[in-house]
Amino acid sequence: MYVIQMKNITKRFGNLIANDQIDFDLQKGEIHALLGENGAGKTTLMRTLYGLYSADEGRIFINEKPVHITSPRDAIRNGIGMVTQHFTLVSPLTVAENIVLGATKGISINPREISKSVAEASRKFCIPVNPDAVVRSLSVGECQRVEILKALYRQAKVLIMDEPTAVLVPQEVDALFKSLKQLVEQGLSVIFISHKLYEVMEICGRITVLRGGKLIGTVHRAETSEKELAKMMVGRETFGVVREAGKDPGEPILSINNLKHVRNDGFERLKDISLNLHKGEILSIAGVSGNGQSELVKILSGLLKPTEGKIVLDGIDITGASPTAINAAGMGRTPEDRHAGVIGELSVAENLALEGLDDYLNRGVLDRKKIREHAQELIEEYQIKASPEDPVGKLSGGNIQKVVMARSLSRNPLCIMAAQPTRGLDVGATEYVRKKLLEQRNRGAGVLLISEDLDEVLGLSDRIAVIYEGRIMDIMPASEATEEKLGLLMAGVLDKEKTPTF
Amino acid sequence: MLIGAFTGFATAYLTGSLWAGVFAACLIGILAGLLMALMTVYLGVNQHVSGLGITLFCTGLAYYAFRVIFGTPSHPPQITPFDQVNLMGDVAVLGPIFRQYPLTYYAIVLVPVVWVILYRTNFGLKIRAVGENPEAADAAGINVYGVRTVSLMIAGAFMGVAGAFLTLSTLGFFTFDIIAGRGWVCIALVIFANWIPQRVLLGAFIFGGVQALQLRLQLTGVKFPYELFLTLPYVVTIIALTIANRNAAYPAALLKPYKRE
Repeated sequence: MYVIQMKNITKRFGNLIANDQIDFDLQKGEIHALLGENGAGKTTLMRTLYGLYSADEGRIFINEKPVHITSPRDAIRNGIGMVTQHFTLVSPLTVAENIVLGATKGISINPREISKSVAEASRKFCIPVNPDAVVRSLSVGECQRVEILKALYRQAKVLIMDEPTAVLVPQEVDALFKSLKQLVEQGLSVIFISHKLYEVMEICGRITVLRGGKLIGTVHRAETSEKELAKMMVGRETFGVVREAGKDPGEPILSINNLKHVRNDGFERLKDISLNLHKGEILSIAGVSGNGQSELVKILSGLLKPTEGKIVLDGIDITGASPTAINAAGMGRTPEDRHAGVIGELSVAENLALEGLDDYLNRGVLDRKKIREHAQELIEEYQIKASPEDPVGKLSGGNIQKVVMARSLSRNPLCIMAAQPTRGLDVGATEYVRKKLLEQRNRGAGVLLISEDLDEVLGLSDRIAVIYEGRIMDIMPASEATEEKLGLLMAGVLDKEKTPTF
Repeated sequence: MLIGAFTGFATAYLTGSLWAGVFAACLIGILAGLLMALMTVYLGVNQHVSGLGITLFCTGLAYYAFRVIFGTPSHPPQITPFDQVNLMGDVAVLGPIFRQYPLTYYAIVLVPVVWVILYRTNFGLKIRAVGENPEAADAAGINVYGVRTVSLMIAGAFMGVAGAFLTLSTLGFFTFDIIAGRGWVCIALVIFANWIPQRVLLGAFIFGGVQALQLRLQLTGVKFPYELFLTLPYVVTIIALTIANRNAAYPAALLKPYKRE
């Protein structure tokens, strides 16, 4: 029996066809994966099902009866729940209030009663939450559990999970998968959106692949392989960059000593960080975001002053120096939020010239022609899909990232700090960014890669450090690192057999 | 507030019933709230712009309607305002405190009522949700536009009656400068109170207390320009805002129109 059938769904945004005549169905009690790169149309399709978008063409059937879903309320009434990447929780309210929000009948709300009823649901579905906690104080994994419980509390029979693992550490992922399997046994049906092949192969029964808004096909897990799925997903047989064997690392280029940062409210964000980055190596700092990475990046960019500690770049003390001084000392930066690294209203050419405006001065006036020529060169070299006059804000994420990288790398920095450089990029752009980082390493620059993507960390690094709650948990050569080992460290579990070497 | 003051006064004058005036002021307030909802909730207009616009519009409308109905009389038309209700008899200290207009008692009773609605009812939970995170409320199946519109209508009703209080309770006639910026003070009080009803009451007592104090000070006959006494409540409001508001937790979606993508 089909709980959901979507037939011939087409959704256009202006000229862009996000969903092109897509068919999708879900059987009772299955976990059905929706696989595809960023921008393949997975989320659009599911937002249509959940009533957040209305399809331009196509029909939706629930329990084999045609329905019209025009708002989330309709979807909820039809037993559909959705857990998105960006949680839709009201942060000053408690867990219980969030869960019953819009789901209770009657006029009055008694805090004790709703707390009890939520606790009951929590036990029934085996999803542990604390009903009285304020959502603001919860971790990402806990928020996700609240979202799932919220959907189940509304008697969802179908659960849409939009890239649920993107924000979780491996151990939390395991727990999530276990819950999902249990819920499916209780009769729930799950649509699992992902672009991670191994996850899909682990828990899904059937897999539907989208690419560029089109349906590529639906396959059974037993009849496919990761390789075949990858091919369906990106339209090529292999992807990923190949790392050449490392040369011996050169002398240290960047050394961070006993770096501390205490926030205004007394919260210690960085606790005694010491690292040495050598020439010709990629040193990764792995960790779930929010464990002090942002502060470290800001300090190394000159946007935040450390409370204690010393940073030396190529013999120059850059502790607490201004961004300009740090640039001049030979640091190339790719900021965490790439949109913060560019000025959207300015053109590609202007943005590319921003970090070295002095180079374009001609008797105190900017030499527009020179800026344009420089931009033209970089656009060709870095394959940026734009012309020099286009405002940067109009470009795609991948192209903005290329602009940011082109700007900092073209100055041949001694040391490159790349913070989450491929977050949110599609496979093609990701591959390009990684290739560029490897090029820089082979050129002899030291690369500090701050990332929460374990594939990326394991694939690129020479050495890997793991950050957790502002502390470096361990540093190891890439050859000794495994996903499991890193995952444990990222979750704050210290390797007992080894005393950490700082 | 001004249009509430005027509507309340005009209705009471024409019908002879003070409560009809209160009711009419309430209705006109709801209409003003609806207009605000149309502009900000449905059309997504900036709230400062539409708020100022509607205030100016209502002010002008009240002046115009006054001229149409009453012309330009040399003596302002008068009504007999509400009598004070005496709850305590002539007890020394409590007596004068509990000698208030009926609307004053209702306003004070409204504070716990509003608290219960906001924190102990389904509708209140929805109001808080659409103010903090409309996306989440929408995803939870709440009609964000509906809740925001109803909230604005309720707010409008309160403001309308608040305006009518001045004409129907304290003065018994209508003048153009009757409000004297009290509506803006209300906004300041809400911010001062961090959107918590019982703290709004506290803030209102402070403002009202200083207002009463400056009247008394004027009567003491101290050689001091009385205009400066008049500014006192407003000065205190500014000071209170500056001190109390540094750590205010504004509702996250304050002033933000909601549009589903």
